Parts: sequence; structure tokens; C-alpha cells
Amino acid sequence: MKCIIIDDDKTARLIIKNHCIQTKKIVVLEEFSSAIEAIKYLNTTKVDLVYLDIHMPTFSGFDFIETLKDLPKIVLTTSDKSLAIEAFEYKSVVDYLLKPITQDRFNKSLEKIEALDYKKNTASDINVNSEFLFVSVDKRLVKINISDIYLIEAKGDYINIKTDQKNYIVHATLKKIAEKLPASHFFKAHRSFIINTNEIIDIEDNTVLIRKDVIPVSRSNKSLLMNKLNLL
Amino acid sequence: MEQPNLSFIKEITGNDNQFQESILLILKKEFPEEKEAYLKNISALNFKAAADDVHKLKHKICLLNLSIGCELATQYEKDLKKENIELHKEFVQILNKIHVYLNI
Repeated sequence: MKCIIIDDDKTARLIIKNHCIQTKKIVVLEEFSSAIEAIKYLNTTKVDLVYLDIHMPTFSGFDFIETLKDLPKIVLTTSDKSLAIEAFEYKSVVDYLLKPITQDRFNKSLEKIEALDYKKNTASDINVNSEFLFVSVDKRLVKINISDIYLIEAKGDYINIKTDQKNYIVHATLKKIAEKLPASHFFKAHRSFIINTNEIIDIEDNTVLIRKDVIPVSRSNKSLLMNKLNLL
Repeated sequence: MEQPNLSFIKEITGNDNQFQESILLILKKEFPEEKEAYLKNISALNFKAAADDVHKLKHKICLLNLSIGCELATQYEKDLKKENIELHKEFVQILNKIHVYLNI
């Protein structure tokens, strides 16, 4: 894992750097006494983890989080216990270490980060290989049998997932759901539609009939679709 | 009354004497500068800057295992943001104790 350390206190940086070396799992690419300098660095270099002090003069750790668009995982370091709740409001924050940081606490934090990575990797595999898909509808996670899906339509920031039983309006993109569906029988026929190729009734010119829905097929995707079908 | 000591630094550094020495070197270099900055800012009634100085000094107070001092610094930092300097005298006593301990 590659990390940087941002802290205006030199002793704090030294302690974190040494803890990183002791673990033999984290390489410290650079250390910064100012968050602004770190932002410049991150514009050109990708890191996995940032050890970030919250309380710094002129530009705080929270300012740093709010400024960067593509954030790596962040472990906040502070001597202020009272900021923990605010800290975890940021998605990229994975842990909160109270200074001065002991090696034991540092190692536990690292274990937590590794566990998160493991969970993330395995979770995405299960989703792809699973027969089911869980979608968030009205604050509930609803289980959908993938083979029941015959059509997905993009509607602005939402998608409409059509199944045998009912339709589900979900806040997601076609690209996101496409990653979770088996490519063997789901096909993006048009920028607004993903179809289940097992459900095709007929194809006419640049349209395809899926149950009762006539779906446009992009010219560029038509030949790809024909290749997927078992043509006589 | 609690006294500064190296037990917490030893806990952090394990048996790594070189690491321990590096921390002490930084403490000896930065502590007097930060103490001076605090005294200057508090004299000028620059409360915001003084609160920042207390925040920086707090880490060093905690490192030297002064847990009561650390609590006091935490409270004083909050108070300074409200322009309350009641804890100034006690805070300076802690700083003086550290100054003597570090033999600067």
C-alpha cells in the first residue's frame, strides 16, 4: 500500500512514518506539513492511503477532503476526540486515530483497512457471479432474481428495472448495473436500454421486440447484437 | 503533581532507541519555538493564533505522558477560541515543567 502523511507537526509525521516502516506493508511516498502541497502532489501521483491531520493552520484536513475530487482512503489523525462524528461523515474516511498514536493502535487500523479492501473485492465478485441482485428501493434493499430481468431503461438519474413480477425504479446508472449483470445474456442495445437477449421476440431494422416493448438498437450496436444471437 | 517522562514515547517507539532519539530531538527543537510563539500571541491577545499554538503544544504535552496536562490543554484550546484565558497560568506552569525536563 502506498501512502502519504499530512501533518504540520513533525513529531506526528515521524511517528506515523516509523509505524508504517514497522508494519512493512505501507510505503510512505511523501510527507507534507501543508495540505495544499499534498493536493499538488496528488494531482500527479496516485496513492492508496492518506494519513491526514485535521487541525492544521489555514487549510484543515476537512478542507483537504472537500477539495479533492478523487479521494483515496483517508485515516484521520488528531488529538481532538470531539471531531470523530464529523470525520465519519466523509465516505473516504476509514479510520480516526487519536494522537499520539501507538504502534498497536496503528496496526489495528491497518488491519481494519485491509479487511475493508478484502470485503470490497469479494463483494464485487459475489455480485457479478450471483443469481441475484440487491437494489435499494425506498431505503430497502430488494432482492431481484437476475434471470427475471428482461429490460432496463435509463430515466435521468434513475433506471427502471423491468422483471416478470414488477418494475423497480432505482437511483443508479446503466453503466453501474451493467457491471453486475452477466454479459452472456445482457446487452446494451442503446444508450438508454439494456436488454436480456433471452427475451428477444423479434428484430426488425433497428428495433428489437422484448415482450411488449419495442426497443431501439443503436446502429453501432446492431452488428454486436447479431453476433450474440444464434443465427441460422 | 504529574511530571514529564518518557514512558509514553518508549511505548510508541518500542525498543528503537534511534527512533526515540529522533522524537526527542524534534521536541527539543520545536518546543521552545512553539512556547515562544504562544507567549507572544497571548501577550498580543491574538486568541485564535494562541489556540493554534496550544493545539500544537498539546501533542508534545501528551507525548511526555502528562495526561492531566493534556486534558487541561484540550480545555484551554477550546476556551481560547472563546477568548477565555483563565487557564493561562496553569498552562504556562506545564510548559515550564517541560522546558526544565527537556533541559533546553
